[in-house]
Amino acid sequence: MTPPPGRHLPIVAATPFPRAAAGALRDTQLRATLGRATRTIRDKRAAVVAEVPDWERLRERAARVKEDVIDRLPELVDQFARAATAAGASVHHAADAAAANALVTELVRARGVDRVVKVKSMATQEIGLNEALAAAGVTAVETDLAELIVQLADDTPSHILVPAIHYHRGQIRELFARRMPGFSADSDDPAVLAGAAREYLRRTFLSARVAVCGANFAVAETGSLVVVESEGNGRMCLTLPDTLIAVVGVEKLLPRFTDLGDFLRLLPRSSTGERMNPYTSIVTGVTPGDGPRRLHVVLLDNGRRRIAADPVGRAALRCIRCSACLNVCPVYERVGGHAYGSVYPGPIGAILSPQLTGQDAGHNATLPYASTLCGACYDVCPVKIDIPAILVHLRQTGPKPAAERAAMAWLAWTMRDRRRWRAALRTARSGGRPLRVLTRRHGGRLRRAPWPLSAWTAHRDAPLPAGESFRDWWRRTHDR
Amino acid sequence: MTAELSALFAARAGDYRAGVHPCTPAELPDLLATLLAGATAVVLPAGTPPQWTARLGPPTLPGDTLTATELDAPGLAVLTGCALAVAETGTLVLDGGPAQGRRLLTLVPDHHVCVVRAAQIVADVPDLVRALPDPTRPVTMISGPSATSDIELSRVEGVHGPRRLDIVCLPPA
Repeated sequence: MTPPPGRHLPIVAATPFPRAAAGALRDTQLRATLGRATRTIRDKRAAVVAEVPDWERLRERAARVKEDVIDRLPELVDQFARAATAAGASVHHAADAAAANALVTELVRARGVDRVVKVKSMATQEIGLNEALAAAGVTAVETDLAELIVQLADDTPSHILVPAIHYHRGQIRELFARRMPGFSADSDDPAVLAGAAREYLRRTFLSARVAVCGANFAVAETGSLVVVESEGNGRMCLTLPDTLIAVVGVEKLLPRFTDLGDFLRLLPRSSTGERMNPYTSIVTGVTPGDGPRRLHVVLLDNGRRRIAADPVGRAALRCIRCSACLNVCPVYERVGGHAYGSVYPGPIGAILSPQLTGQDAGHNATLPYASTLCGACYDVCPVKIDIPAILVHLRQTGPKPAAERAAMAWLAWTMRDRRRWRAALRTARSGGRPLRVLTRRHGGRLRRAPWPLSAWTAHRDAPLPAGESFRDWWRRTHDR
Repeated sequence: MTAELSALFAARAGDYRAGVHPCTPAELPDLLATLLAGATAVVLPAGTPPQWTARLGPPTLPGDTLTATELDAPGLAVLTGCALAVAETGTLVLDGGPAQGRRLLTLVPDHHVCVVRAAQIVADVPDLVRALPDPTRPVTMISGPSATSDIELSRVEGVHGPRRLDIVCLPPA
């Protein structure tokens, strides 16, 4: 039997989250690096968000616009395609990762090149485009500094915005010395390291003929793509090569050009903690004499319309990939991005990956449990995605072990009837009596139980049934 | 109002470690000459007002025909105007109009000098997207010199775009 499409994608966890997290937690260096980085970005975000007096209204407006987009996806896809085509772009539609990869590979081959330069893009990460291009003999050069670090290290990204957040400067210097031809600096000053990346990529940019990018927003009204970045590598890719291929998830659409006003205020402040990122490019079709002569836009579905049909889960499609939820998450901060086994880590990844693939893919059904449900992610989300509510929804609808299902069925049967429930409590009390004696030292809490209860006590103490129920106590003290 | 926006724009652009230079129209030719004195040559897009270049020392190059490789020559600087600017975020907005040229002119050279007139400054990004004369032209929004936060999330200036950005602000008429 052939596996369903998409099961091999870089959004499928190969290891159950608890096991991956336990491994990551043993890496104290990782925890120190992540703790420092997330603290820095949290403080910066808080400062620039506090500057905006109507931040809450801004979030609400943005959430409403995105809900409207999710409601009208097919209509807006058509509108975008018409406008972009009229402006000189070629628009393609890809139902899934395989279709998108095949399309892009074909477009690259048609230009007769064996190398493309890339702007950092989550959509191309999600579909594993670099791997697909490599299989066709095409090298994809990542030009974002963090992506370049991850690529040079043969590693996988661990953060949406800063894929190399798990590296500290010393590790990066050592990596450049090993893998970057011509690198000789013995300093680990970030400015020196960034300068080395500039030198290294300059010739590649100047000779590139095809670039691949994503988009932060796609405007249906005008057919425009918006690319938000910092380093200028995006502008290099958008302007120097003569062919540009953009892979854009359909949820990136915005109805009107003026909608960008709110979203361009929300994204940089939530993402890098800046009032505005250094460079934002808006590209509409082809402009004679300026930039690429060919623009292809691949509109990617890959499960998005299916998610749009789930009344609770669909809010995940509002996401603008700012990564603020990662930076505030107590779980992410401690385990890092690799534990989630997907290019979408953290709270948003925990609701996005299982929905994109279906919960039966790999161990993605364990991801909705990668949370304490503390709600910090909801508080910072610029488009007000109630991530904890979707986590609970996915827990409720996800697959359960047979033992858990049987236990819950028995519990439901018992609790449906007053006599059965009282009898069960009585049995539990008398059964717990010897345990209470044994656990007196630990305050009457069970710290380690045999299987299958060990699944509970591995992470928390189990309270024992009280010696006397409330009803019995009331009867003894009041009902004389 | 315009004076307040100018002051806010200058302060916010300065926060990104761009050089910000308020000046009067009379001082402009000398100020531009000083800022561009160290360049090997100055690239000029079509439509650059003649008074901007009146006192320039280095030779000038017309921007419309230069290739990316030519623009990568060491020591090159580019002098442009802009379409609009945003006070709240200290952002320059270029759309390929007069005195702005193709997008790569403000990308490949290592030093960008941009002249902003007070009347071009809008309050915030929502005002900007409403004020853009034609949103389907290639739009580039520039907020400070090229930068990255990819190493330990601490911001450093100077990656692929110009490492030096000077903004010259002309007062309200």
